[in-house]
Amino acid sequence: MVAFLNDPFTWTGSLLRSWLEGLGLAPDLVTFLLQVVGAFVLGTTLLMLTFILIWAERKIVARIQDRLGPNRVGPYGVFQTVADLLKLVTKELITPTGADVIPYNLAPLLAVMAVVGVWAVIPLAPTLIGASINVGVLYIVAVGAIGTLGIMVAGMSSNNKYALLGAFRTVAMMVSYAVPMMIALLIPVLLSGSMDMETIVEAQSPIAFIILAPFAALIFFVSSLAEVGRAPFDLLEAESEIVAGFHIEYSGLKFGMFFVGEFLHAFTISALTATLFLGGWQGPWAELYPLLGLFYFIIKTSIVYFVVIWIRGSFPRIRIDHINNLNWKLITPLALASLIVAAIAEKVATEFGINRLGIHVGANAFLFMITLAAIRLNARGARSRVKANSVNKSVAASSGSSPGS
Amino acid sequence: MLTLTQIVFLVAAAITLLASFMVVTCRSMVHAALWLIMALAGVAVFFVLLNAGFLAVVQVAVYIDAIAIMIIVVVMLTRHSMGIQDRQTNKTWWAAVIAALLMFGGLVLMFTQAPLLGAEAPALTMGSEALLEELGLALVDVDRYIVPFEVASVLLLTALVGSIIVAWPGRKSQDLEDQS
Amino acid sequence: MIPLSWYILVSAALFSIGIYGALARRNALAILMAIELMLNAVNLNLVAFWRYLTPNVVAGKVFVLVVFAVAASEVAVGLALIISIYRRRHTIAVEEIDMMKW
Repeated sequence: MVAFLNDPFTWTGSLLRSWLEGLGLAPDLVTFLLQVVGAFVLGTTLLMLTFILIWAERKIVARIQDRLGPNRVGPYGVFQTVADLLKLVTKELITPTGADVIPYNLAPLLAVMAVVGVWAVIPLAPTLIGASINVGVLYIVAVGAIGTLGIMVAGMSSNNKYALLGAFRTVAMMVSYAVPMMIALLIPVLLSGSMDMETIVEAQSPIAFIILAPFAALIFFVSSLAEVGRAPFDLLEAESEIVAGFHIEYSGLKFGMFFVGEFLHAFTISALTATLFLGGWQGPWAELYPLLGLFYFIIKTSIVYFVVIWIRGSFPRIRIDHINNLNWKLITPLALASLIVAAIAEKVATEFGINRLGIHVGANAFLFMITLAAIRLNARGARSRVKANSVNKSVAASSGSSPGS
Repeated sequence: MLTLTQIVFLVAAAITLLASFMVVTCRSMVHAALWLIMALAGVAVFFVLLNAGFLAVVQVAVYIDAIAIMIIVVVMLTRHSMGIQDRQTNKTWWAAVIAALLMFGGLVLMFTQAPLLGAEAPALTMGSEALLEELGLALVDVDRYIVPFEVASVLLLTALVGSIIVAWPGRKSQDLEDQS
Repeated sequence: MIPLSWYILVSAALFSIGIYGALARRNALAILMAIELMLNAVNLNLVAFWRYLTPNVVAGKVFVLVVFAVAASEVAVGLALIISIYRRRHTIAVEEIDMMKW
C-alpha cells in the first residue's frame, strides 16, 4: 500500500506486467500490450478532459464578459457539455455534394490525432511518460503540424469556397508562425543540452527556463497561440468574414471532433509551455512522490490555460496583414536575436564561470531595451508618416484639388 | 515464420509502393498529393526500422509538414489549369514505362553484384543518444562535414530568396497580363 | 531479421515509379512529386547501406540530411516557378511551356 502511494505508476505497470507474464505471454508481446493499454488510457483521459476544458472556458469567458455562463445542467452547469454532446450526436452527418468523401472524413481524425499524439512525449510525472524518445522536441513540432494538414484537407475536400478560404488563411498563418515557434523551442534545447523532454524538465531543477529565457517563453507562447488558432489569432474561423472557416460543411460529431481538437490543442500548448519553461513536474518533494509531480504539472498547466482563456476574453481579433506583419517584422527577428543571445550567454557562463542566472537575465534585459527602442522608433516613424499624410490631405482639400496618393 | 519487425516492414513496403504508384497515376492532383504524403510516411517507417529515429522525425517535419503542405497549396492555387478529364500523360508515356522498367531491372541487376546482400544488420555499438550526438558533432566538426553543412544552409537561403523573387508579382508581369 | 536486399528492392521500385512519373506526366506539379519520390528512394538506400554496411561511419546520415535540404530548396524554387508560369501563361502543362520566351 505504501509502495502504491509513493509511486502508483510504476507499481501499476509492474503489477500488470507480472500478471500478463504469469499468463505465459512473451516479454516482447507484454511490452507491446502495455504500451497499447497506456496509449488507450492516455488518449481516453485527454478526450474526457475536454468536457471540463469546454465548461471551464465558457464559465471563465462568461465571468470576464459579466455573464453567468452555463448554469442549468448540473451544479454550476458542469454537465452542460454532456448535454451539448448528446445534441451533437443526434444530428445528421451531412456530406456535401461534390465533396471528396475519403479526405473529407479523414480530416477530423487527423485534427484530433495530431493533438493527442503530442502528449506521448510530455512527461506528466517523474515516472510517467508515454514514450521517452531522444528527439522529443522535434517530435512535437512534427506531429503538431499534422493538425495543419488536417485543416487543409478539410478545407479543400469540402467543395466550399469559404472552407477553402479559411484553409488558406490557416496555412498562411500557421506556416509562418511555425518559424518563430521552432526557433523559440531551440532555446530550452540549448540550455539543457538535449532534445529529450525528460532531460529538459530535469535541467530546470534549480531555476525554471522562464527566468533564464523570458523572451523565448513569451515567443513560444504567442506563436503557439497562433498555431492553435485561438483568439486573438482566430481569423481562420472569423464568423463575420468567412462564415465558419474550414469546418463550415461539417455537422454532428465530425464538427464535434474539430471542436474537441481545438480545445485540446489549447490545453496541449499550455502543457508544453509548462513543461518547457515552467519546470513541468518540478516542485518540492516531486522527485520522492511522483503523484505530487503530477499534481504540480496539472497546477502549472491549468494556470497557463487560464491565461489562454483570459487572452481570449480580452483581446480583439487581429487583421490578417497585421498578424503576418507582427510575425515577420517583430517576432521572428526577436526569436533569432534571443537565440543568439542565449547561445552567447551560455558560452560565456561556462567559459568564464560567471553566474549563469545573472548573465542570462542581464542579456535578456539588454535585448528587452533594444526591442523597446526599436518599437518606439518604428511607432514614431509611423506616426509622423500619418501626420504628414493628413497635412497633405487637408492642404489638398483646402486648395480644392483632388487629394494626391 | 515472420517476425514482428518483418511484418511491419512488409506492410510499410506495400503501403509505400501502392501510394507512390497512385501518386504517378492519379488523375486528380489533390489526391496525388495526399498519396504522396502516405508514401513519405511509409519511408519514415523504414527509417525507424533502420534505427534512424532522428531522420524519421526530420522526414515527417520537413517532407510532410513543409513540402507536402506547400505542394497542396500550389495544387489548390492552380486547380483551374488541368482538370481530371484532361489527358494526364504525354504521347510518349510508353517510352516512360520502358525506361522505368529498364531502370528497375538495371538497378536490381547491379545490386545483385553488391556484397553482403543477405547480410543481417550488425549490432549497433552506440545507443540512440550517442548516435544522435555523433551525428550532431560530425556536422559541426571542422575536420569532417562542416563544409557540406554550411553549403546546405547557404543553398536553403538562396532558395528562399530566389523563390520569393521568382514568385513576386512584379509590375512587369502585371503589364503583360494587361496586354494579353 | 530483415536482409539488406529487401530495402534495396523497395528503394529500386520507388525510384523506378518516380522515373515513370517524371517522364510520363504532363502536369508540372506531378513531375515535382515524382522527383520527391526519387529523392526518397535515394534516402532510403543511403540509410539502409549506412545501417547494414558502415554503422560506425556517420557519412550516410549526413548525406541524407543534405538531401533533405536540397529537396526543400528544390520544392521551394520549383513551386515558385510553377506559380510564376501559371500567372503568366495560365497553364501548368509542361508541353505547353516550350517557347523559352513570352
